[in-house]
Amino acid sequence: MARALRSARVRAALLTLPLVAFIGATFVAPLGAMLIRGVHQPLVADSMPRTLARLEGWDGRSVPDEATFRTLASELRSLRERRVLGAVAARVNRVESGMRGALVRTARKLRRASPASWREATIAADPAWGEARAWRAIRRAGERYTARHYLNALDLRRDAAGAVSAQPPERRIYLSLLGRTLAVAAAITAICLVLGYPLAHLIANARPATSNLLLLLVLVPFWTSLLVRTTSWIVLLQNQGVVNDLLVAVGLIDEEERVALIYNMTGTLIAMTHVLLPFMILPLYAVMRTIPPQYLRAAASLGATWRQAFVRVYWPQTLPGAAAGALLVFILAIGYYITPALVGGRTGQLISNMIAYHMQESLNWGLAAALGGVLLVCVAALYLVYDRLVGIERMRLA
Amino acid sequence: MTSPRTGRATPPRIAGYAAVAALLAAFSGSPSAHAESVTVVSYGGSYARACQKAYHEPFTAETGIEVRLADFNGDLAQIRAQVETGNVHWDVVDLNFPELVRACDEGLLEPIALDDLPPGPDGTPARDDYLEGVPLEGCSGGGMLYSTVYAYNRESFPGEKPTTIADFFDLEKFPGRRGMRRRPAANLEFALMADGVPADRVYAVLDTPEGMDRAFRKLDTIKDRIVWWEAGAQPPQMLADREVTMSTAWNGRIFNARVLENQPFTIVWDGQVLDGSSLAIVAGTPNLEAARRFLLFAARVESMAAVSRYIAYGPVRRSGASLVSTHAETGIDMRPHMPTSPRNMANAVFNDWEWWSDNGDEINERFNAWLAR
Repeated sequence: MARALRSARVRAALLTLPLVAFIGATFVAPLGAMLIRGVHQPLVADSMPRTLARLEGWDGRSVPDEATFRTLASELRSLRERRVLGAVAARVNRVESGMRGALVRTARKLRRASPASWREATIAADPAWGEARAWRAIRRAGERYTARHYLNALDLRRDAAGAVSAQPPERRIYLSLLGRTLAVAAAITAICLVLGYPLAHLIANARPATSNLLLLLVLVPFWTSLLVRTTSWIVLLQNQGVVNDLLVAVGLIDEEERVALIYNMTGTLIAMTHVLLPFMILPLYAVMRTIPPQYLRAAASLGATWRQAFVRVYWPQTLPGAAAGALLVFILAIGYYITPALVGGRTGQLISNMIAYHMQESLNWGLAAALGGVLLVCVAALYLVYDRLVGIERMRLA
Repeated sequence: MTSPRTGRATPPRIAGYAAVAALLAAFSGSPSAHAESVTVVSYGGSYARACQKAYHEPFTAETGIEVRLADFNGDLAQIRAQVETGNVHWDVVDLNFPELVRACDEGLLEPIALDDLPPGPDGTPARDDYLEGVPLEGCSGGGMLYSTVYAYNRESFPGEKPTTIADFFDLEKFPGRRGMRRRPAANLEFALMADGVPADRVYAVLDTPEGMDRAFRKLDTIKDRIVWWEAGAQPPQMLADREVTMSTAWNGRIFNARVLENQPFTIVWDGQVLDGSSLAIVAGTPNLEAARRFLLFAARVESMAAVSRYIAYGPVRRSGASLVSTHAETGIDMRPHMPTSPRNMANAVFNDWEWWSDNGDEINERFNAWLAR
């Protein structure tokens, strides 16, 4: 009997294997690989092993010896022939600006040289090699595991002596952006709750015909392409758009003082609230539909005011829906990037826009990974706090 | 390979290609003969249309190879992703010089021997025919010179008109929003020249920390009034909609909006930042042969000069300058509208692609931090 039960359980577990494999291949593995990228940068270490080995015993201040110069020249030559020099140079350039040019120029000039003094020839090819800074940059870029990207993602840096300190003010960006992202996500969640709650209540308690119609009005935008909805907001909100034209036409504002409703934080807030509103309304509606209207009437007949009935009877029962909607909206908002990219302008950008920028434009995937890692930790921490406050097991999605 | 000097295919050869293509199609069961087309990726809008008429269509007429056009914003990320995953579906890309140099260094592009490029009409070898400052790193051919300038809508300024780069930053004399490309290149140069740095000293000043601060401080003075653009087609649109009163832009886009759509735009050439782009082949493309033929066709001086008949961009070869004539549709003389026309060059700076390749990463980070504040 026990054995039969166990084998049934094993069979049931086996049935989930395809799902486990799918999630492993499409979610866990890429996510893991990405997080590892944030600290593991083997390219320079693998490409210049002999130069890096020679720099291990170097004091970090003087100019290295002739043998080190010779090793560097021979490795640069081979990297150039294998056409990977540019990729290596780009990595070193992230540690010290100007190193890309120094490496590429030096390799080009030394490609056929066999001088008496490699040291002189290399410094002649690019004077940067006569300073310890260039060699320190090579050594730093050659670290196989590095905290550089995570430091960078937290607006910190390591100075020449190796001590961790804050970035100069004109380079600080990520912490404030992270704070802005969390604040925007919280604001959108709050707006969605305020706007969605009465509507969900109306849908849940209207006559079936009205309720179906209202539900359809919520679902149609939900099913419409995100891009279509976002560009519609551009049409409505832009400087020469419908809203501004209307305000001017009715005389509320002058032609010259059209309101900037888009390409700033206002645009991000409006468009994202609209995009995410169904994620708040649907769980709320699902929960409200199951609350019998008699409860409120019972409360009233026992002498509760309208306000008391709401706060003590209705609201607690809708809490699981509100909690689910809030969590959904908040987490989606934190990771949103298309809408802010299109309507956010300069001031409405969120941290995910910066991650996309480093993935797609600066090609600094290490930093993108580190920013993603920081964001992941933030979300996980917030989730735990949320669990404490609300209790995840009380949440009801539908 | 086909004769690289002319890139011309003899009829039997075309028949051979067609036969091979038909065979391949039969074996792969694919309905289209993929070997007989080449995918060219460029910047879209009026520039892509100009290239289409100037040398895509003649190339198809001559070789029978179809040209498929796709758009991008000039970034290397997608090229790198295609090369690294071995799934290359772009054959030829149109890259600005700084990106071209980087991509070539990184091995993202197929090598092209300089001696394979077609000679000029007078027989000058390609090696001696390219303008100085054009980075021939062995990965490219073809291409054009363009300029980042600023232009204004005449209707926005009925009285006094802007004439200098300093006017772009002068909000008191010329009020209104400004359009600028959302990246530091060219903008920092504009800022310094507007602040009084002579064109030939711009990069020397930018190379110092104080010079960099100075450029950002100058940008600070108009920061609240800037509308940022990303695609080359946006500035003429924003000017036409009066979303901005002036905007930096690629000169050819403004020219085309003026002559083809009669827009009341004027280009201010003072402080222009000259730059160029060139064609290159993505490393590992399955259509290497067709891509090479296309690139060598585009590298002919005649192809480059033909681009100048549709948009105000100049050939990158010396022998091309004398071939610039009139606009194909309106008959306007194109020479005064070229960025390199002597009258437009009075105060101009040539984009230092090497300096930008070295410092771009760091400046981009600072620029982003500056934008987000």
